[in-house]
Amino acid sequence: MTSSRSPRPPVLLVVLGCLGLVFFAVPFIGLLGRVPWSDLPALLSGPVVGDALRISVIASVAAAAIALVIGVPLAWLLARAEFPGKPIVRGIVILPMVLPPVVSGAALLFALGRRGLVGEPLEEATGLLLPFSLWGVVVAAVFVATPFLVITVEGALRSMDRRREGAAATLGARPWTVLRRVTLPAIAPSVLAGLALTWARAFGEFGATITFAGNLQGRTQSLPLAVFVALESDRDTAIAISLVMVVVSVAVLVALRDRWWGAL
Amino acid sequence: MTAAGLEAHVAVRRSDAFRLDASVSIPPGTTAALLGPNGSGKSTMVAALAGLLPLQSGSITLDGEVFDDPGAGVFMPPEMRKVGVVFQDLLLFEHLDVIDNVAFGLRSRGAGRGEAASRSGLWLERLGVGAMARRKPGDLSGGQAQRVALARALATEPALLLLDEPLSALDVAARADLRRTLGEHLSGFAGPRLLITHDPTEAFLLADEIHVIEEGVITQSGTADEIRLQPRTRYAADLAGLNFVKGVARDGAVDAGTHTLRVADRDLEGPVVVTVHPAAISVYSDRPGGSPRNVWQTTVERVEQVGSRVRLLTGPPLPLAVEVTDAARAELRLEPGARVWVALKATEIRVQPEAAM
Amino acid sequence: MARRAIRKKLRGWWPTALILLAACAQTTRPQGDTGLEREVLVSAAASLSEAFAEIEAAFEAAHPGVDVVANLGASSTLREQILQGAPIDVFASANIANMDQVVSAGMTAGEPAVFATNLLQIAVPAGNPGDIAGLEDFARSELLIGLCVAEAPCGAFARQALASAGVVASVDTNEANVRALLVKIELGELDAGITYVTDVLSAGGTVAGVPIPDEHNIVAEYPIVVLADAPHPSAAAAFVAFVLSTEGQAILGEYGFSSP
Repeated sequence: MTSSRSPRPPVLLVVLGCLGLVFFAVPFIGLLGRVPWSDLPALLSGPVVGDALRISVIASVAAAAIALVIGVPLAWLLARAEFPGKPIVRGIVILPMVLPPVVSGAALLFALGRRGLVGEPLEEATGLLLPFSLWGVVVAAVFVATPFLVITVEGALRSMDRRREGAAATLGARPWTVLRRVTLPAIAPSVLAGLALTWARAFGEFGATITFAGNLQGRTQSLPLAVFVALESDRDTAIAISLVMVVVSVAVLVALRDRWWGAL
Repeated sequence: MTAAGLEAHVAVRRSDAFRLDASVSIPPGTTAALLGPNGSGKSTMVAALAGLLPLQSGSITLDGEVFDDPGAGVFMPPEMRKVGVVFQDLLLFEHLDVIDNVAFGLRSRGAGRGEAASRSGLWLERLGVGAMARRKPGDLSGGQAQRVALARALATEPALLLLDEPLSALDVAARADLRRTLGEHLSGFAGPRLLITHDPTEAFLLADEIHVIEEGVITQSGTADEIRLQPRTRYAADLAGLNFVKGVARDGAVDAGTHTLRVADRDLEGPVVVTVHPAAISVYSDRPGGSPRNVWQTTVERVEQVGSRVRLLTGPPLPLAVEVTDAARAELRLEPGARVWVALKATEIRVQPEAAM
Repeated sequence: MARRAIRKKLRGWWPTALILLAACAQTTRPQGDTGLEREVLVSAAASLSEAFAEIEAAFEAAHPGVDVVANLGASSTLREQILQGAPIDVFASANIANMDQVVSAGMTAGEPAVFATNLLQIAVPAGNPGDIAGLEDFARSELLIGLCVAEAPCGAFARQALASAGVVASVDTNEANVRALLVKIELGELDAGITYVTDVLSAGGTVAGVPIPDEHNIVAEYPIVVLADAPHPSAAAAFVAFVLSTEGQAILGEYGFSSP
């Protein structure tokens, strides 16, 4: 019984859409089918899963926060400021989205590793070492996930109606006040949606993490790394950890609801 | 010695096709109207005066303070100018309460929360929308939103007030109501005021001086009466409801191309503009006798009912709008296609030289 | 040291798709003048990378028309692929344990043969910046130390060696395979790791080796076998024979492997 309000979607669209849905749903159904439900509590209570969950949550949230701090200004510069070489700058910022994560990890190693371009003087000066530490996991995640935030926010800044910024200026608001009280509230939904994408990407990051931060339970072994290692030795644990990742991801993304997805 | 009021000579290119080149001078305590069709450059003028669009040449000075002077390399950004603007689309901040909208200018200029809130509250009361203080702009009706926008502009006590089409989005009842309110607040405002509109009634009722603007250029300036009785362009004549003909005067006659009119002024020579009130033209079914020096036969092209009067549009040799009574229409059986005679006294034709603006 | 046909080197999980494509293209078609199939797919432990590259070149020279496609990775990874049904012809593992799993699953054709042995060695960056003298230094927490994951043979053996020496190592990372570990040592990002003798050799001047005393060292035995469901059984058998032949053994010796 179709409601008189919504128009009936074209049949072809429905068919293709359903095919797409099946394509995405089947692997998860396959995963759910292999879950050793009775052993689940035992598998999940071990230190491997606990450590990995803690590392993944801390690193992904920290990465999302850092991405916000550096990504929004970067997006603002790309959308509003005039400077030479802007397409090149944008290309560099987008690059981590295009490169295989392992390549990103290798690049980070060359730059920020113990013998890295910046890493070596940094360690000599401050004693700070990024690889093989939780900070390394965060840095790897920031590197691969920030482009998502930059793209989303730049798009929002470009497409917003700028006349209200003009109105605010006529009321006496200096540029920083306009940014704070008019521009940012206007793009807030997009920023949040972009942040969700960024967090999700950081949460699932594998290649750059293992290459740059290494793999050590309790220090750098995030959930994706734990799955990878467990897959070859203890398949049940691997499946259990995968389930944890799916549940956490779905919970976060569903919590955001349509309101913010619409702003993407 | 500083001159008070607004002195603006505005030359701005908005796009490849459009250029605004207009000057206005508004003494403090007076309201000027910029009256013109859509796309004539009215909103561009607002943007330039507010500082949202830099001038290419010319200058803008308010009470002796220079806002914009490209020749001298001076440009004061909008946030430094004390200009209050009511925008055509209002541009209220949707995510803020009504009272925070009104307080926005005060807070931006450094006022404390409490002071800003109380002053804003007062302004909302004065404009009759005090009850909506805690609502969001999306909850307001057109008239209420317009009042909030006005309160927001007035709350910062600006030195210059710019109102861009303040009544255009309202229905007839709300419009009359707000026009009254606007009139009150305008007369209470000490600085110069510029009203942008395409509605002649608004301009005639609210403004002390009216500037007619067409295609980026001011074509006529004057009081409401001057514009109404002696319009110099077709557009102004349309606003005044008068017929408008261009021609060349010689020896008491004006050659309008397809027809020659006999006029009272025998001294005028050269290019002229001619206006005739529709009610000054008489319509007959047969050739009339008597004094009218201008008589010709024509066809009725259109018949329109305007209130209780009937407006005819006649065709060649000289298309004119003619106003007749309902009775006359019935009696003469005036329908599109009817052949009629029109008569027009020379004394009813007002002639002005074209050059003088 | 020759590194030929890098384009055919595939690491990790990727090769499964390519192999499937290749397998689909080649059904039972005895080709070439030797009566062998066109192709043979070899899954080999990562530590065999360079040696098998040369063996591949030599084999292809001896048997024109046959293309060797090498799939390299940690033996545990390769074992999983085979157990999941990847269409591989030959499996060369870095330890018996992984091979045994494949044997128990009944997926081998005949008995595996040990074709090489390898010894563990401590790998340090050139110049030995961490001043590593032996296994005891692995307990120093100020050093950055890497091992292979415990599931990989290299990782399992390393842990046995450390246990034998009574050392509790302060490990900073468990790399996915021995080559990944070696790269980080080469770069100087790690001060030390435990790899095979052959890996240290293959890195040339960028990595130095510190020997592990025989009493703690593990002899890694490398078995090789033709798989039961091999898509190219004749070529597979020929390849295994080549590896076990004098020529094959000589090549392995060049790269630091010892004879069984």
